Amino acid sequence: MDEKSTGSAQSGISREDVAHLAKLARIDLNNVELDHLAQELDVILGAVAKVREVAGADVAPTSHPIPVTNVYRDDVVKPSLTPEEALSGAPAQSEDRFKVPQILGEE
Amino acid sequence: MNYIKSNASVMAAALANGETTSVELTEQHFEQIEKVDGAVHAFLYLDREGAMEQAHAIDTRRSDGEELSPLAGVPLALKDVMTQKGIPTTCGSKMLEGWRPPYDSTVVSRLKDAGIVILGKTNMDEFAMGSSTENSAYGPTHNPWDLTKIPGGSGGGSAAALAAFEAPLAIGTDTGGSIRQPAAVTGTVGVKPTYGGVSRYGLIAFSSSLDQAGPCARTVLDAALLHEVIAGHDERDSTSINQPVPAVVKAAKKLDVKGLKIGVVKELQGEGFQAGVLHRFHEALDLLVEAGAEIVNVSCPSFDYALAAYYLIAPSECSSNLARFDSMRYGIRVGDDGSKSAEEVMNLTRHAGFGPEVKRRIILGTYALSSGFYDAYYGSAQKVRTLLIQDFNSAFAEADVLVSPTSPTTAFPIGQNDNDPLAMYLNDIATIPANMAGIGAMSLPSGLAEEDNLPAGFHIMSPAMKDDLMYQVGGTLEAALLNKWGAPLLSNAPDVVVNS
Amino acid sequence: MTLSFEQAVSRYQPTLGLEVHVELNTASKMFCSCATIFGAEPNTQTCPVCLGMPGALPVVNRKAIESSILIGLALNCSIAPYSRFARKNYFYPDMPKNFQTSQFDEPICVNGFLDVEIDTDEGVQTFRVEIERVHMEEDTGKSLHMGGATGRIHGADYSLLDYNRAGIPLVEIVTKIIPNTGKYAPQVARAYVSQLRDILRSLGVSDVKMEQGSMRCDVNLSISPVGSEKLGTRSETKNVNSLRSVERAVVGEIIRQAGRLDNGERIVQETRHFLEESGQTRPGRSKEEAEDYRYFPEPDLVPVVPESSWIEALRATLPEKPSVRRKRLQEAWAVPDKEMAALVNAELVDVVEATIDCGAEPGRARSWWLGEISRIANEKSVSPVSLITPAQVAEIISLIITGELTDKLARQVIEGVIAGEGSPSEVMEGRGLKVLSDDSALMVAIEAAIAAQPDTAERIRGGNIPAAGALIGAVMKSTGGQADAAKVRELLLKHLGQG
Repeated sequence: MDEKSTGSAQSGISREDVAHLAKLARIDLNNVELDHLAQELDVILGAVAKVREVAGADVAPTSHPIPVTNVYRDDVVKPSLTPEEALSGAPAQSEDRFKVPQILGEE
Repeated sequence: MNYIKSNASVMAAALANGETTSVELTEQHFEQIEKVDGAVHAFLYLDREGAMEQAHAIDTRRSDGEELSPLAGVPLALKDVMTQKGIPTTCGSKMLEGWRPPYDSTVVSRLKDAGIVILGKTNMDEFAMGSSTENSAYGPTHNPWDLTKIPGGSGGGSAAALAAFEAPLAIGTDTGGSIRQPAAVTGTVGVKPTYGGVSRYGLIAFSSSLDQAGPCARTVLDAALLHEVIAGHDERDSTSINQPVPAVVKAAKKLDVKGLKIGVVKELQGEGFQAGVLHRFHEALDLLVEAGAEIVNVSCPSFDYALAAYYLIAPSECSSNLARFDSMRYGIRVGDDGSKSAEEVMNLTRHAGFGPEVKRRIILGTYALSSGFYDAYYGSAQKVRTLLIQDFNSAFAEADVLVSPTSPTTAFPIGQNDNDPLAMYLNDIATIPANMAGIGAMSLPSGLAEEDNLPAGFHIMSPAMKDDLMYQVGGTLEAALLNKWGAPLLSNAPDVVVNS
Repeated sequence: MTLSFEQAVSRYQPTLGLEVHVELNTASKMFCSCATIFGAEPNTQTCPVCLGMPGALPVVNRKAIESSILIGLALNCSIAPYSRFARKNYFYPDMPKNFQTSQFDEPICVNGFLDVEIDTDEGVQTFRVEIERVHMEEDTGKSLHMGGATGRIHGADYSLLDYNRAGIPLVEIVTKIIPNTGKYAPQVARAYVSQLRDILRSLGVSDVKMEQGSMRCDVNLSISPVGSEKLGTRSETKNVNSLRSVERAVVGEIIRQAGRLDNGERIVQETRHFLEESGQTRPGRSKEEAEDYRYFPEPDLVPVVPESSWIEALRATLPEKPSVRRKRLQEAWAVPDKEMAALVNAELVDVVEATIDCGAEPGRARSWWLGEISRIANEKSVSPVSLITPAQVAEIISLIITGELTDKLARQVIEGVIAGEGSPSEVMEGRGLKVLSDDSALMVAIEAAIAAQPDTAERIRGGNIPAAGALIGAVMKSTGGQADAAKVRELLLKHLGQG
């Protein structure tokens, strides 16, 4: 990541970094927001970076607070929503399908 | 008789005795809401029609001689983060303005099955991110004790509704303290059950491994009654605990702590804690000793890292959970003038729909998960979680429950932390460890801090799946405090006056 | 001037990698209970979970886990004692949550292999394709691009989304790098996908219809100069919808990449699309930077920890491997490699076995299916199994053996069955196709033939046996081929004093 950082002593997060992250997160941010966020995040990251102090190699990570395993559902069909219900919140629809602006790029 | 200042269990008894009807109770509460909510702004949406329909139905079934749930016919306020079919659900965000879910959350289904009357949806920090309800896109909620002060967050609306007697029961959700901290600063009771104790199906996700819905009320017993309605295994939630609900109502009525060991956590009562808050905390400890409990001092060194780890895990999970808000299937859509691509419309919508705190956390979370940084940030935070669980296990070997003040300070003025997110985050320092470890925790009023005569909270944490222990201690302490005060703390709250 | 394939592989060695996505045939979706029926009306098989609505949560379909384990076992994989789902985060309108619930560093099956046999200059050779991993994920919705001239994405005004397919269980099977295939790379690729398809079909976990998208293949290919230790830059070709396309895509990419390298141009690491008409590939949208998926363990799901008893119970249900079965049948039928290969290529092994199971003599079962029935099928451009059933073929064969039908008559019966005239016996009845075995009836015909050709009859009486042919032919004609030629000859010669 970029070394430049506005007004912070730490080599943390720069405006360009924030712009890249905003792109990944699909949020338009204007220049003022980018600068502001870069500063705030720099401070926050400085505060949270302390987790590295105790995160030794011998400590296993926990992603679930309560250890449960093997939760499954039988392969049985249950009623779906009707198309009306499914589309009830859609900003736009046509022929029982969600209508969205043109999608660029292919998968 | 007007029941709005009664407890839910008193209302339930009155309903059972025929002294009042659910319709009457519901009307009384809507009257109160009309009277005070202009100033408090606890509610975002009122469902008069639905509530009266449910009230009528319950009254009919009762008069037909049908056996009903204990809380049937009692009104409740629902935090606007839970889906309720056909009713606007916004999560305090512009992103979901006007959205009416096509399905009920499991919590709402259980409330409806129990015959509880849902009055409406309460205000909250946007997508549950915040400690003051100032991040709501629809304006803040005001603390009924002092309208210039915050009611806590993210569930400030539910807590304020209770404190302003707009409802005797409420549902909140707690990810880092969002039920407990508002309870503390409004002089009410708020409980975060053991993670997995209450279904998250229909709980609009902020941080999936931390979120938990829970009961809010004015007394410990009321909270216990509501807890038993909403808790229990749900096959729609893979993280739901598949075991019987602990006997919390029985525990709340026990009123006995003889022989129990109360662990005071060293790391949760030092710097940054308001003197008055600490005083009320220690007085409460004295009462528990008088009631036969033993105080032990415990140390959980990893708690010093809990806040930092939380502010990596929660934003990371939220950056992923909130990705679905892209205007394609529901929610607002901005910029679709026919000339823009889907991606551009997504970018514009998410810019317009999310407030600054949400944006901040999404970006932070995206960073913490990104390639090259995962190990240092998210990965390390998950390791801190392991250490926290270990520390809790050690502490629970020495004590039956652990206690601390719920929040370092009493309610602060609206607008105080506007430019200082980090300062805001410090409000959750005592509540966060319980979410990280998944154990249950509650806050009940400990008294008024002498500096400002505002409520402080007493925080109790119990081992995972032993929620009954915190109700036992909480109920006993509450009775002792009531005895000491002569009247509930909330009777000291000023009547909310709406300036016309 | 474009290189030829032979030229390309003489100078460059290809390295293959194959990723196959399989849609499981579970009744309900991976994480919710919606139906999975292909071709249903849009958005009639959706719910809050597969639409990614706020508050919805996934619950894993047990059958999908079982199918994944079966696939792993059939591919000689180790089943992970502990595996988890992970979120793969990226934005695309056909993905309701804007993340795909998949698996990352803890897949359910790892380290397997599949041996494929291909015909080389040195005879049949076995290539071991090593399997890196088998993991579970969910399918996306389908988008229709509207408004633009060609219906393709560029230039479209808007898109319509149907989420019926979103959430259908997918299993992804990833090979390790397949080196040293040389000029056989296209065949190895095709044989691998074909054998994989056979195995999946025999497991019953998917209908593996490439043309319907229930089995999708991505071809990764790189080349490097012959003798070089270093691997080249690879391309990934998607949209490969048939076995033939797999083969052609490999050929096309080898030629394209060799051409570029010959010209001193770099190979760009990119996703390409296979074009059916030309057999070439074209580039997909170029991405400025590689997508960062920000994988992390799925917090809404709990780990998959299959007990060994469960795995062993599943292992016990594994059907015989198709390749093992083929070897066993080949031995049992005692057929040479070439004939067996022909049966395999024509996909007739199953139906021949079924015919034999109905009691038919094996040799005749094979020759009828491979011969007459396949001939008719090719003419009609349909598959042999769609024309006639094993039971019917077995019946016809048994009638030939009992002498009620000759081969010639049998062909007419087959024709009748295919035409829908009924069962073999009904066709025989309807068309009057039975071998005439009644001696007196035959004598009538014989005497008529003699009467019509008295000179020929005289010659036969005089000892000219070969002349009998003409009279036999006449009798066959007059009986519509229903006389048993051998019987006619016997009776005729006897009658004329020569038998």
